[in-house]
Amino acid sequence: MSEEKKDFFVSDISLSYQYTAGNATTRFLNKVAEGKLVAQKCPKCSAVYVPPRGSCPRCGVATEEELELPDTGAVESFTIVHIPIPGNPIVPPYVSAMIRLDGADISFLHLIQEIDLADIRIGMRVQAVWKDKSDWGTTLENIKWFKPTGEDDVDPSVFKFKE
Amino acid sequence: MIEAAVIGVGQTKYEAKRRDVSMGGLVRKAIDKAMFAADVDWDAIDAVILGKAPDMFEGVMMPELSLVDAIGANGKPLLRVHTAGSVGGSTAVIAASHVCSGNFDTVLTVTYEKQSESNATWALSPKYPYSPHINAGAGGYFAPYMREYIRRYDAPENIGWKVAVKDRLNALKNPLAHLQIPGIDEKMVAETPMLWEPLRYLESCPSSDGACAMVISNKKLAESRNAAWIKGMAVRSEGTLSAGRDEVNPQGGQDCAKDIYDQAGITNPFKEIDCAEIYVPFSWYEPMWLENLHFCDLGEGWKLTERGATEIEGDIPFNMSGGVLSSNPIGASGMIRFGEACLQVTNQAGDHQVDGANVAMGHAYGGAAQFFAMWIVSNKK
Amino acid sequence: MKDIYILAYAQNPIVADAKAANEVELIMPVVHQVFKQTGFTQNDIGFTCSGSCDYLQGAAFAFVEGLSAIQTNPPIKESHVEMDAAWALYESILKIQMGDAETALIYGFGKSSPGDLPFVSTLQTDPYYMSPLWPDKTSLAALQAQLLMNNGLLTKKDMYEALTQSISNAKNNPNALVTAMPSEDDYLSADYLSSPLSTYDCAPISDGASAMIIGTEEAAAKLGLQKIKISSVHHSIETSNFGARDLSTSESIIGLGKKINLKSFNLDFAELHTQFSYEIPFIRGLLDLGNIDINLSGGPLAGNVMMAAGLDSIGKSFELLKNSDFHNGLAHASSGPCLQQNMLVHLEKIND
Repeated sequence: MSEEKKDFFVSDISLSYQYTAGNATTRFLNKVAEGKLVAQKCPKCSAVYVPPRGSCPRCGVATEEELELPDTGAVESFTIVHIPIPGNPIVPPYVSAMIRLDGADISFLHLIQEIDLADIRIGMRVQAVWKDKSDWGTTLENIKWFKPTGEDDVDPSVFKFKE
Repeated sequence: MIEAAVIGVGQTKYEAKRRDVSMGGLVRKAIDKAMFAADVDWDAIDAVILGKAPDMFEGVMMPELSLVDAIGANGKPLLRVHTAGSVGGSTAVIAASHVCSGNFDTVLTVTYEKQSESNATWALSPKYPYSPHINAGAGGYFAPYMREYIRRYDAPENIGWKVAVKDRLNALKNPLAHLQIPGIDEKMVAETPMLWEPLRYLESCPSSDGACAMVISNKKLAESRNAAWIKGMAVRSEGTLSAGRDEVNPQGGQDCAKDIYDQAGITNPFKEIDCAEIYVPFSWYEPMWLENLHFCDLGEGWKLTERGATEIEGDIPFNMSGGVLSSNPIGASGMIRFGEACLQVTNQAGDHQVDGANVAMGHAYGGAAQFFAMWIVSNKK
Repeated sequence: MKDIYILAYAQNPIVADAKAANEVELIMPVVHQVFKQTGFTQNDIGFTCSGSCDYLQGAAFAFVEGLSAIQTNPPIKESHVEMDAAWALYESILKIQMGDAETALIYGFGKSSPGDLPFVSTLQTDPYYMSPLWPDKTSLAALQAQLLMNNGLLTKKDMYEALTQSISNAKNNPNALVTAMPSEDDYLSADYLSSPLSTYDCAPISDGASAMIIGTEEAAAKLGLQKIKISSVHHSIETSNFGARDLSTSESIIGLGKKINLKSFNLDFAELHTQFSYEIPFIRGLLDLGNIDINLSGGPLAGNVMMAAGLDSIGKSFELLKNSDFHNGLAHASSGPCLQQNMLVHLEKIND
């Protein structure tokens, strides 16, 4: 009986970590748990960050001032994801979009649904669709996805930062 | 003034799974070839500079510590660089800085990735309890920027296919390249599955195992060898989530290119650079970087690609080796660009040699298109 | 060769658990402090370099997150080592010496509290032969300490004295984490983690960040501050194969002592990156430091921010020279199991 020669072995590495989100993001997520999107503003250039990481990399300063933004915005750009990603429960194809909330100077990635994928456009106006309030936690998953508002598209030049 | 030159480049064969070698064996294969090409022995090596992308790709923390013997660093200074996807390029710059500082005559630098030993997509997409899990890997991250490029300049869909074909045809002339796809054409690319719109399967880079090494020296050794002299080198970085960043045409890339052109005395890169190895992991980054690196005006990049200017016989050949689209051991991908530029100007590129290449550019980028490293090499001191 | 001067240094108060604080929130305060000390802004910095390690907090790209603490508009010349920030300092020195910058900002940060550091460090060992056995950081150090004891080069008393001296010194460091002095009874009756090492012999798990600004002689002169020069800096590494090393000595450290010409100046003190008590008498012997004061800041036994503690040795030496009559200091940084990789720095006060 010949034994099959192995050219690799699996070395199981299991380390557990206690993740933290950061103080600035923690403040943001605690507001998200109340259904509010609270951005932070740079004291120097007035750039508005959501979700905030606690700094404005343009200026290298902390963003302390908070302001609540609406849950409406526009699509800065997007991709339609066709391949399943390991560990990701979302079934493709789905839209991963850079959502620019009204009043924000950076975008974040979220889903867009309630529209034919072929109809999604850069500049399209969207609004958050929230989960049932009883399911809210300290996560952006409180927003199930964004959906089109039906308003006129914005010109993509609005995404340019104005000092 | 910079007075350093690459006197030897060594690369492994790039493959999806290099099961024949350990990590140490992989880097050593590239090192042996680089030292052979440079005609130097270990006594000549004053320091070793190692670069690679995140440790979690292989599950080894600070792997240079356990690779000491394989990379010949025992008893020597060893520095470990990590600047995300640009790391192969920045490692080359830092290695050359050792020589340019005057502290070292000759250094060895090596970069690698052995993606088959772990799961890079997993390493890049941890599930944080507080954010929606829509991260879809690097392609999913960069696809929206490519879409925005296409929108801005009304670029036709087949430009991406053209780049995918051109780089893979070049790869057929490079026996070390991972992807070897004889008969590839635009139709074949267009029929592969869509991954992240607008990117199809063959418009994306593979995941590879491989290593690239270089020996860099001052004039003491370089003057008697077939050397690629470094005429300009630079790095630039931008913060990730910074208001006002243009991810389609990042300021960091523009500034970094301007910096190396100034150092090298280049005023018209399109005319004065004979060929370039540019970090193009997804097809659309070729036209985007043509513009970002000042080879043409904004909106003209896709037209250069369309008219074949970046082909091996074209005005400004890009990625003669097949590029990142054909071989992508992430940590080494930048250094391969830098090393291939050296092979071109020293007339050692074999079947993918650009005739009469005297001045070449190497380029790498990483992170959210926020880290940049570049250099210009020439066969004249 | 251009002379390099340290212009400023700052350290966060070292804490056992920085709680929610992210990379930005750890880094920004120290960076702002070194800017305040020099009057610089990021625009006055020619090169920026950081040291950090993803595995400490268990997420890739810690340094990318951290960069958001820095002004990067316009884009900056920047790089990162997956090492202690002492090596980020080294890279910055090269950049200044080659003429690419006049000044450099260096920062290091580490948040070890989210994971189990001794076992996280296991992943530094050879992945094929060693790490599958899960040797933890403390056990590997214990191998070396026990060998030194067996060879008559170390006693429990040496370790206790090194510890108590460190803790006593730490009272002068407002940023120190540990200031409680164990009695001899406490020390001797403590359970071993790995013999001969108990918790007292190990640096505490720490979170924090440190920053430094260096520059050319011209940059130092412009500021008009006391000039502290990096007169010599060298580093080297040894094999990772424990069986191939004589753990009772250190070729790396002895070799570096010669390279920085340790015998050519009158050394006033040494700040050593010693994460275990035994390493203090060990290195004292290796470098023949006699009765020189070691770790007047308390050193890592009083607070040990991974990826910053080596830079801290250099920074604390800078502070000591600046604020005392001392003229020559020795700083040490290390990395890897059993002092595998080391850096020695000779710092000198220059009186005009």
